[in-house]
Amino acid sequence: MTVVAAGSVPIGAAPRPGRSVAWWGMLLVITTEGMVFAILLAAWLYLRASSPSWPPAGTELPDLRLTIPFSFVLWASSIPVLAAERALARGRLVAFRTFMTVAWLMGAAFLAYTIHDFQALHYGWRDSAYASGFYAIVGLHAIHLGVGLAMVAVVVVKAALGRYDRGHHRSAEVAALYWHFVDAVWLFVMPTVFLLGHLR
Amino acid sequence: FAVVRRQRPSTEVSAGEAGEGAAIERRGADGDEDIGFIWWGGIVMPIAVLGVLAFLTVTTSVALRRNTPDALRVDVVAHQWWWDVTYPDGAVRTANEIHVPVGRTVDIQLRSVDVIHSFWVPQLAGKLDVIPGQTNVLTLRARRTGTFLGECAEFCGVEHANMRFVVVVQSADDYAAWSAGERSPPEPTDLAGEALFQRSTCSACHTVRGTAATGTVGPDLSDIGSRAWIGAHTVANTPDNLRRWIDDPSTLKPGVLMPPSRLSPAEVDELVAYLEALR
Amino acid sequence: MTVAPPGPASQDAPLEPLETLWHDRPGIIGFLTTVDHKRLGIRYVYTAFVFFFMSGLMALAMRAQLAQPDSHLIGPDTYNELMSVHGTTMIFLFNTPVLAGFGNYLVPLQIGARDVAFPRLNAFSYWVFFFAGVFMYSSFLIGSAPSGGWFGYVPLTSSTFSPGLNIDFWGLGIVFVGLSTTAGSINFIVTIFKMRAPGMTLNRMPIFVWSMLVFSFMALFAVPAVSLAAGLLELDRLFGTAFFVPGSGGNVLLYQHLFWFWGHPEVYILFVPATGMVSMIVPVFSRRPLTGYLWIVASLVSIGFLSFGVWVHHMFATGVPLLAMSVFSAASFVIALPSAVQFFAWIATMWRGRVRLGVPMLFCLGFFFIFLLGGMTGVMAAVMPFDWQATDSYFIVAHFHYVLNGAVVFPIFGAMYFWGPKMTGRALSERLGRWSFWVMFVAFNVTFFPMQILGLLGMPRRVFTYDNGLGWGTLNLIASVGSVFFALGTGLSLWNWVRAVRRKEPVADDPWEADSLEWSTTSPPPEFNFAALPVVEGRHPLWDATPLRYAVGEGPGTDGLTLAGAVDRRTPVTEGFVTRPQEDLWIPHESWVPVLTAAGIAVLFTGLLVSAGLVLAAGIVSVVVAAATWAWRTEEDLP
Ligand code: HEA
Ligand code: HEA
Ligand code: HEC
Ligand code: CUA
Ligand SMILES: [Cu+2]
Repeated sequence: MTVVAAGSVPIGAAPRPGRSVAWWGMLLVITTEGMVFAILLAAWLYLRASSPSWPPAGTELPDLRLTIPFSFVLWASSIPVLAAERALARGRLVAFRTFMTVAWLMGAAFLAYTIHDFQALHYGWRDSAYASGFYAIVGLHAIHLGVGLAMVAVVVVKAALGRYDRGHHRSAEVAALYWHFVDAVWLFVMPTVFLLGHLR
Repeated sequence: FAVVRRQRPSTEVSAGEAGEGAAIERRGADGDEDIGFIWWGGIVMPIAVLGVLAFLTVTTSVALRRNTPDALRVDVVAHQWWWDVTYPDGAVRTANEIHVPVGRTVDIQLRSVDVIHSFWVPQLAGKLDVIPGQTNVLTLRARRTGTFLGECAEFCGVEHANMRFVVVVQSADDYAAWSAGERSPPEPTDLAGEALFQRSTCSACHTVRGTAATGTVGPDLSDIGSRAWIGAHTVANTPDNLRRWIDDPSTLKPGVLMPPSRLSPAEVDELVAYLEALR
Repeated sequence: MTVAPPGPASQDAPLEPLETLWHDRPGIIGFLTTVDHKRLGIRYVYTAFVFFFMSGLMALAMRAQLAQPDSHLIGPDTYNELMSVHGTTMIFLFNTPVLAGFGNYLVPLQIGARDVAFPRLNAFSYWVFFFAGVFMYSSFLIGSAPSGGWFGYVPLTSSTFSPGLNIDFWGLGIVFVGLSTTAGSINFIVTIFKMRAPGMTLNRMPIFVWSMLVFSFMALFAVPAVSLAAGLLELDRLFGTAFFVPGSGGNVLLYQHLFWFWGHPEVYILFVPATGMVSMIVPVFSRRPLTGYLWIVASLVSIGFLSFGVWVHHMFATGVPLLAMSVFSAASFVIALPSAVQFFAWIATMWRGRVRLGVPMLFCLGFFFIFLLGGMTGVMAAVMPFDWQATDSYFIVAHFHYVLNGAVVFPIFGAMYFWGPKMTGRALSERLGRWSFWVMFVAFNVTFFPMQILGLLGMPRRVFTYDNGLGWGTLNLIASVGSVFFALGTGLSLWNWVRAVRRKEPVADDPWEADSLEWSTTSPPPEFNFAALPVVEGRHPLWDATPLRYAVGEGPGTDGLTLAGAVDRRTPVTEGFVTRPQEDLWIPHESWVPVLTAAGIAVLFTGLLVSAGLVLAAGIVSVVVAAATWAWRTEEDLP
């Protein structure tokens, strides 16, 4: 047995760098959070299927006049985030900050709309299972949006303070990924909670 | 400790060397020549067994669920921790005791006013849960006469253990007689207990048919004198137990939703005499 | 034959500072701030076992009450509390965390990494588990523990039928402890995919690592369901929503669907790592590689998928339509197949091997017998007409103790004997171990076999007493006597462990001549696990290449593999499927953030519990501050 010669094996590095572990971690957070929303929406549909009328008599249907335009604002906010990510990869920090700020403002506008929407409702969450579900689902999404806004705020400040450079920006990548998730979830929440009520 | 030691124990025998019983056997690629075990034991045998089992499951289930049009209907409403029993025309109402004729298919309509319970008479049928907000129907058919113990099988709070009942399977004639007896309201008595029952809180919760007592919080007591058990099969229906029950039921059934009566022993005796007379 | 380790690791001098570089601060500060996966792993195991013994003592109290008919030793209130807390503890605070603890300890060692992917998140998971346990148990302080059973069905647990704080301790506690499982699972998955040693392709991973991977994926998909079940319950209780209120359009069966959509996967979340342990121990004691490695991997993965399709078998008596029920019944049959495959793979391994009856192996043999019965009773319960009789009776109590207390706890005890020496560096007594095993094995069957019969005789579960006239007394007495002996058997192992730690009798690095990487390092391993990372050339690194070979970096970006990595607290992150290093992961130093964040969440939950806005706000603020600090500092740990 050739002990010494066999003792070590040269190992070369990978040809390309990959995503950071933090990015993968966030992807898994999103997986499980996505599951939270999926199950919640399934519960909503289950309650609907087991109720004689949905929404219950006397409860108004969601008002879509503001929902639809603001939904598009939210979905569109992923575009500046994508642009920001590209800018970051090229090391253009100012562009990154600008794009992220635009996205932040779009998200904030949507959050303001959600709060307005809640205030305009004529029912409280105690009134029926429908009302409880509406508040819980839309509210949970709003909380996620709030977390996303906080993350993006941290990232923008960090960028402004010069804490990122070309190679070091994993918190920015992570925040961007999370932002896309919050947008994507609304693609499912909005039709299920707002549009389906109008179908019967 | 000082160093990263990487010493292998001296008994270590490397691959291929035959050692003293300790050698690791490396025939074949990971022992995969024994895959037959897995194929036969892990795939073929279980599929055969489970296939048969699946067939039996479906056929038996379907057979058990087959319903007949002329079934006798009994409405059972579960309460924490007793069973309210009504026969459809509403004329017969009792508690914790279900009479059915032998050989006849019975549809038991199960509803709950509070939490989930489960209706189980092990010797007559499987369980069916009693769920607030929905009505479940259990179909059973007794093959022989007798008295069968039933139990609540879903955890429903403090006294879940003492939420039993009996199913009395009778011949068609006996059943008809029982049913007729139940239909006629109990004879008015001239016992002192009757007035006391109406006067005190009892009547707020209990019904005695033909009297002013029409409470529905507790079991219908119109035939309490003929029932074998009190407190949903907690204790036998003896005058002594009834006395203790009326005085303070929680001594017999802790947690029970009937309050102590705060009556004098003499008054309790009067009530007992009255209840014993209700048949 | 003594083989010196290659390269720099064999030179003693440079390694001295290494030790100090990796050491946690001494005393309580180091205890609270450590992020070392080994310290945390052991702590997980210890904490979980504290809960095991507490919950076991509750079971003994229950058995004392049930030993005789019409007994009034402990009243119904206390009994229901003991029953509920016993079940909840065993599932949430013992079984899940003890397996996460073994995973924490073993996964980095078995894949050849210096720590997990997110060491601080790991510490956070532990502290969340710890605080959640304390949170639930503090209900005993206010004198009323949760009493809704371990699955807390509505509407019994709604505020109408269970006013008072006790159910809130339970509901909030479930959501709370779920955070720990989720964070832990994320950590496992990223660690397993991104941090394996050179050469350890997926099809060479030890089965235990596979089982932790399946555990983690299942947890990520299942835990949201139970968090929602308990979370919506708490919304109903605390804020008056109507999810489970039938009169207001709510639905009580929704709760059951949510609960069991998690509940069924959960039992396999527990079972899968336990079989992973068995698949590690059996080959070592059979002196032969595991038969059907790929079959076993396929079984674990398919259990993971199938387990999401059987939950309605816990609801056969609720009046679900027959056709739907049949589908779930059939799925429950199908899920027996992967278990059968594993079962026969183990048999085949032993059949051709030369079996040594060490204590870990004894526990595996006990497992085979017990799991056979537990599995068979499970298949019986999947037969709907049978289950209509068996459900909610002692037959089911017997089934799940055969699988949980038998098929999960026995492998865990086997693992204590197998990896204990590695974890503590101390030898356990074989003699005591044998005694413990035999007492446990015999007493187990004496305790739980009679319960099967009791169930068939018609004894419902969750009853605090039963009638004298029913003739259930003798069997219950036998079960109660058995449970005392079972407790004694576990006590022997506890004593064995305490004795070993006190006696300080050192143990060899590889006392069992095992095959996986954790045995290539010292017992206990150094803080950095491996000075240079081993190179894996087969499924059984220590059997395949003797001596084990170590990596030397070739080209830039690879020195994390070598001693340099150990010196700088670095460990390589690899491509995922292939194991070429991509970058180095900087292993953070001790940190207060995890424990403080977890404490902040505990404050938040306490605020919800007592409905105190101020406390709640304090909790939210502290969580936000801690999380922001965390995000802020992400890059700061880089040089
Ligand atoms: C580790 C935990 C664990 C495991 C592994 C299992 C394994 C199985 N369980 Fe069990 N189960 C529980 C934990 C577990 N269970 C718990 C905790 C409950 C109750 C919860 C509560 O109500 O409180 C429960 C309840 C439960 C029910 C509901 C009962 C009821 O409440 O009415 C059912 C019904 O289908 C069921 C089925 C099964 C099946 C089919 C398996 C199968 O996976 C078993 C497969 C294994 C084998 C079959 C043995 C090995 C195979 C062979 C040797 C090959 C030959 C086999 C054949 C030919 C069949 N289980
Ligand atoms: C992993 C899971 C697990 C484990 C290990 C156990 C272990 C035990 N369980 Fe339990 N059990 C459950 C999970 C588990 N159980 C669940 C989920 C339920 C359902 C709850 C519900 O219905 O909601 C349940 C319910 C349950 C019941 C039914 C209650 C009812 O329906 O009314 C019973 C009754 O006998 C019981 C008994 C026991 C016994 C005797 C043990 C024994 O194995 C315990 C042995 C005792 C010990 C290990 C501790 C004592 C140790 C010592 C004395 C050593 C020295 C100690 C010190 C130095 C401190 N359990
Ligand atoms: C607050 C309501 C309430 C009042 C007042 C009340 N009861 Fe009851 N009673 C109940 C309930 C509920 C039960 C069922 C208890 C159980 O079995 O869990 C019951 C059970 C009984 C039973 C046993 C019936 C059976 O079949 O098991 C008797 C007898 C009885 N009550 C008599 C009385 C008398 C006499 C009084 C008056 C002194 C009285 N009750 C007052 C609620 C009440
Ligand atoms: Cu009613 Cu249990
Ligand atoms: Cu299951």
